[in-house]
Amino acid sequence: MNLFANITSLPSILLHAAIPLTIILVYALVAIWGERKIAGFIQDRLGPMRVGGFHGWAQSIADLLKLIQKEDIIPTDASKFLFKFAPFMMFAASYAAFAVIPFSSGYIGSNINIGVFYLLAVTSLLTLSIIMAGWASNNKWSLLGGMRSAAQMVSYEVPTIATVLTVIVVTGSLNLMTVTEMQAGNDTLGFLPNWLILQNPFLIVAFIIFFISILAESHRVPFDLPESESELVAGYQTEYSGMRWAMFMLAEYADMLLLSLLGAVLFFGGWNSPFGEFMSGPTWGFFWFMLKGLLLVFVMMWIRWTLPRYRVDQLMHICWSILIPLSFINLVFVALWELIF
Amino acid sequence: MTTDTENTIGKREMTINMGPQHPSTHGVLRLELVLDGEIINKVTPFIGYLHRCFEKYAEEVKDYSKVIPYTDRMDYVSAINQEHGYVLGIERMLEIEVPDRVEHIRVIVAELQRIASHLLGIGAFGLDLGAFTPFLYCFTEREKILDIFERTTGARLLYNYMAVGGLMRDVHDDFKKDTTEFVKTFRPKIKELNDLLSYNEIFIKRTANIGVLPEKVAINYAASGPVLRGSGVKWDLRKNDPYSIYDRFDFDIPVGTGEVGTLGDCWDRYIVRVRELEQSLRIIEQAVEAMPDEGDVMEAIPKRIRPKEGELYVRTESPRGELGYYIISDKSANPFRIKARTPSFVHLSMLPAISTGALIADMVSIVGSIDIVLGEVDR
Amino acid sequence: MKNTEELFEYLATHFGEDLFTIEGGDIGEKWITIPAERLKEVAKFLRDDDSLLLDMLMCLSGVHYPDDNELGVTYHTHSTENSHKLTFKVRVSVDNPVVPSLESIWKTADWHEREAYDMFGIIFEGHPNHTRILCPDDWEGYPLRKDYVPQEFYQGITTRE
Repeated sequence: MNLFANITSLPSILLHAAIPLTIILVYALVAIWGERKIAGFIQDRLGPMRVGGFHGWAQSIADLLKLIQKEDIIPTDASKFLFKFAPFMMFAASYAAFAVIPFSSGYIGSNINIGVFYLLAVTSLLTLSIIMAGWASNNKWSLLGGMRSAAQMVSYEVPTIATVLTVIVVTGSLNLMTVTEMQAGNDTLGFLPNWLILQNPFLIVAFIIFFISILAESHRVPFDLPESESELVAGYQTEYSGMRWAMFMLAEYADMLLLSLLGAVLFFGGWNSPFGEFMSGPTWGFFWFMLKGLLLVFVMMWIRWTLPRYRVDQLMHICWSILIPLSFINLVFVALWELIF
Repeated sequence: MTTDTENTIGKREMTINMGPQHPSTHGVLRLELVLDGEIINKVTPFIGYLHRCFEKYAEEVKDYSKVIPYTDRMDYVSAINQEHGYVLGIERMLEIEVPDRVEHIRVIVAELQRIASHLLGIGAFGLDLGAFTPFLYCFTEREKILDIFERTTGARLLYNYMAVGGLMRDVHDDFKKDTTEFVKTFRPKIKELNDLLSYNEIFIKRTANIGVLPEKVAINYAASGPVLRGSGVKWDLRKNDPYSIYDRFDFDIPVGTGEVGTLGDCWDRYIVRVRELEQSLRIIEQAVEAMPDEGDVMEAIPKRIRPKEGELYVRTESPRGELGYYIISDKSANPFRIKARTPSFVHLSMLPAISTGALIADMVSIVGSIDIVLGEVDR
Repeated sequence: MKNTEELFEYLATHFGEDLFTIEGGDIGEKWITIPAERLKEVAKFLRDDDSLLLDMLMCLSGVHYPDDNELGVTYHTHSTENSHKLTFKVRVSVDNPVVPSLESIWKTADWHEREAYDMFGIIFEGHPNHTRILCPDDWEGYPLRKDYVPQEFYQGITTRE
C-alpha cells in the first residue's frame, strides 16, 4: 500500500499519526480496566464487575465520561499557559516516540536510521513537562514533588541508555526495524528463536537492568514515592483535575506501553513469531509484538500490587550506586562476548 | 492531606502540617513538622479532633453498666478488650466471683479481638508503605473474625457484649466449632504474611533502623504492649500482673531482638505484633478446650451496681498496650470519676522523642509502627 | 515486693512520719497523700531509690472534690524491677490549684498533666508546654469539674440545642 511508503503527503501523514494514536487510546482503556482487574485478583477480590455486564469491561469508558464532564479548575495564581500546556506536552512526548516503533514487518511510522536515539531524546521531554506542571501549579509541594519526579527520571535515564547501548553494540544499528529483522529465524541452539536475549547471556543481565529502569522511568511501584497517596506531597499532579489529570494518566500509560514495546523490540524479537515460519506475516507480526509488549506491561502491574515502595534517597542510591556501574560493566562484558564468539 | 505554609522567605526551615485527614486508618491526627529540607527537626502532635467526652458521660449516666457501650467506642478497633478492662474493675469493686464459663468465653473473644486488631494494625502499616496487597489479605481474615462476633454478639464492630458479672447473652451453638475452624484456617496465613511482607527487602529497608526507641526512654514514657516489647522488654500484663484466668494458659511473650536492624526500631514493633498472632491462637485453642459446657452466663450479674466507697486502678493488656481504668466510687449508683488511661495517648506523646532526624517518608513509618487509634487518644 | 503499708513505712523512715497520711476507702486500694511543696522531692526519691525503683508512672488523673472544694491529682506508679505499686495523691484548693510538674521525672506526665490542666484547671508549675490538649485553645472553662456549665457560644456557634 503506497500510503505506507515514506511519502510526506498530507493523507499519509495523517494516517501515520492516527494509527499509533488509536493503538494508544484503545490500549489505555483496556489497560486501566486490566490494572483494576489484576489488582483485584491479586488482592483476592473481583475488581470492577458491574459496568457493562461481563466483568465490568466498560468501566474505563464510564470513568472517561466522568472525567470529561468535570469542572475545569485552574489555581488563581498559576501560570495559565504552562499549566494548560504541561499535560499535552507530556502526552505528546510519549506519543511522538511511537513513530519509530516497528509494529509489524509491513508497518513502521517512520523508518529512520537513528530510531533508538530519536526515541530516547523525545522521551526526555517527559521530564521537562513534569517540571513545567510542578512549577506552573503555584504550589510549593507540587514543585517539590515535580522536582523529585524529574530527578528520578533523569537519573534512571542513564541505566536505560546504557542497556540500550549494550543491545546496539550487538546489533550495530540504531534503526529499530533493522534490529527486529536481525532477530528473525530460529537458529539459536537449533530450535530456539533468534531473539537477542537468547544470543548473549549478558543481555539477560542487561534486560533486568533495563526493566528496573523503565519501572522507575514510568513512576511505577516500587519507585512511585513522588506520587504516592500516603506521602506528604501528592506530587506534580496535585492541582490538576478532570480531563487535564486524565491526560497525565494517559501519558503515563502510554509511556509504560512505549517502554515495554521498546523492551520487546530490543530483547524479545519484536514482531517475529517464536515459532519461526508458523504464524508469521505482517498481521501475525503485529499480534506477536503487542503480545510481548502487553506481557511486559502485565509484569509491571504485577510488581506494583506486590511490593512496597522505596524511599527517595534509597531509590537514588539504587540508581547511582548499583545500576549505573553494573550496566557499564555489563556493556564491557557484552562487547567482549561479541568479540570472542 | 492539607498543606499549610508560613511565609518562609529567607528562612531555611519550613513548617508544614501533616493531617488532620490521613489516607490510612489512623484517624484525625495533626502533626506539625519543622523541616530542614527532607529532615525533620521537630514534630508536634496535635490531638483532640475526636474528643467525645467519655469521662464526662461516665459521670452523668445513671448507672455503672451504662458506661460499657462508651468504653467500646474509645478504641473502636479492639472494642472487647476495652469492655473487659472496665467490667473487671467494677467486679473487683463489688467483689463478685464470675462463673468459669464466663471467664473462658471472655478470654476467647478477647483474644479473637486481639488478632483482629493486630491484623488491622499490620495491614494499615503495609498500606502506608505502599504494599497494597497484604492489607487486603489481612482484612479477609479479619472478616472471618467479625463474622464469628456477629454470630455471637450481634454486632461486627462495637459489641456491648460484656456485662458486670457476666455476659449479655450466651454464645451461639456453633461457637466452639467456628472458633476451632478459624484457628485451623488462620495458622497458614501467618506464614503467608511473613513471606509476603515481613521479610521483604524493600519493607525492611523502609522500617529497620528507623524510629529507634531505647529501653530506658520507653519505660520513662510508660510505653506498654508491642511498643515496649519491641524494645526488648519482656513485659506483658497477662503474665506479669495476671487478671481473669490468663494464668491458666501456656503462651510465650515475643519480644523484639533487633533481628534486622537496631533493637527497638519500627520493624521490631511490627514483628512483635505478627508473632503475637500465633500466641493468641494458642490461648484460644486452650481456652476452647477447657471451656465448661454448662453454666448460666448471666447468673452473677447483680441487680443493682452500688460499690462501696473507694477507688481502684485496674489495668489489662489491650492489643495496643496497657489499658487502665481509674474508678472512684462514692457509694452512689453514679460513678464519681472514671479515667481511662489509654495506651495510644501515651505512645503518641513519645513521637517527638523518637523521630528527630528522620525523613518525611520515615514519619509515616514511625506513626504506623506505634499503631495508634485516635478514638483511644482523644476519648 | 512491698505493699502500700510497707512502702509507707519505708518512706516514713526517710521523710518523717508526719509528712504523709495513708488512706483508703471501704473497697479498693490505699493511697498516700503528699503535700504539694514536697512533691517533686518525694517523686524523685520514689523513682531513684534502689529498693523502690518506681520507674513507671502508669497514670496521672485530675479529680475534683466539690465537697472539700479541692482539686486533686492522683498518681499511679509501679516498678518493673520490683513489681510493686504505689498510688499517691496531692490535694490543692480550687482557688489556688498549683502543683509542681513531674514531667522531668516521668515523661508520661507530660501529656497527662496537660489533660489535667485542660479538664480541671490545675496549674502545673514548671511544665514546658502548659497548653490545652483536647479542647480547642480558646475554650473557656474546665469541663470535668462538677460545677461546669458549657459556654453559650464558641466562635459564634451555639453549644446548646
